[in-house]
Amino acid sequence: MKKDKFIISNKTFKSRLIVGTGKYKNMSECAKAIQISGAEIVTVAVRRVNITDKKKPLLMDYIDPKKITYLPNTAGCFSSEEALRTLRLAREIGGWKLVKLEVLGEKKNLFPEMIETLKSTEVLTKEGFKVMVYCNDDPLMAKRLENAGACAIMPLAAPIGSGLGILNKINIKIIRNQTKLPLIIDAGLGQASDAAIAMELGCDGVLVNTAIAKAKKPFVMAQAFKNSVIAGRQSFLAGRIEKTLSGRPSSPLEGII
Amino acid sequence: MKKIKIKVNGKIKRISENTRLSDLIKSLKIPIKKVAIELNQEIIDKKKLKNVKIQNGDKIEIVHFIGGG
Repeated sequence: MKKDKFIISNKTFKSRLIVGTGKYKNMSECAKAIQISGAEIVTVAVRRVNITDKKKPLLMDYIDPKKITYLPNTAGCFSSEEALRTLRLAREIGGWKLVKLEVLGEKKNLFPEMIETLKSTEVLTKEGFKVMVYCNDDPLMAKRLENAGACAIMPLAAPIGSGLGILNKINIKIIRNQTKLPLIIDAGLGQASDAAIAMELGCDGVLVNTAIAKAKKPFVMAQAFKNSVIAGRQSFLAGRIEKTLSGRPSSPLEGII
Repeated sequence: MKKIKIKVNGKIKRISENTRLSDLIKSLKIPIKKVAIELNQEIIDKKKLKNVKIQNGDKIEIVHFIGGG
């Protein structure tokens, strides 16, 4: 069998699980959960340095950006201008070109504002960024993002942090069938089996934060997601059986006493 | 020495006139490799901080990476 590779913007990764670094109790819990999850890419946010409390621990002291790929995000941005400003700053910190674009439309459901997202994708791509785009599960919009130069399509499963799992499997499957770009489910997963479902739909990867960070036992959940992503991918590659509406015995009928 | 008023990460700060951006970053003990710096909404190349003299009313933003999803 051909080696199953997960490639984003010409870089090959072993793990198809991307994890967020927010919402953990502290930095060391976050670092340990990432290690257990096996993730090689983590999302990070860009925020002001605390200039009054210099003893506050720094993310980079816990997660080495030379070993783990940082994926700067634009969380909290509600317009194209804010998102562009944030990612230009992220690039300046140390040359990050692979980024996660996320432009939100409103605070209640945190749905993506797709017009602003599309505009930002075009501008960032022209500026040389490799843009992984958080989007809604609309196949038409996914196509437009692809045409605008996105390097990965990242539709939501459900609202960010909701834990509802994949609400519209059909749309995800349609997006899968129309694009060769990496398709990554981003946001809304609640438990490990949700990741397996995403992978069985043919997604290339999943991005998880809250479901691990806020689980009662984050380290156990990190491991569960790791296993589930692997299992889901294997199941997808193995090729499932056809569904039938009648029973078919697994034991031979011949030789029944 | 004459003092000027600036804003750093949203907080008002009084500093001496003729302070350079590199001096300010040093005095705040900020690890330069782990941050990006904006002066009045314009990103400043970290190699050129020495060339930038801070003016009265300047707004400076210093950002880094933190945990996020």
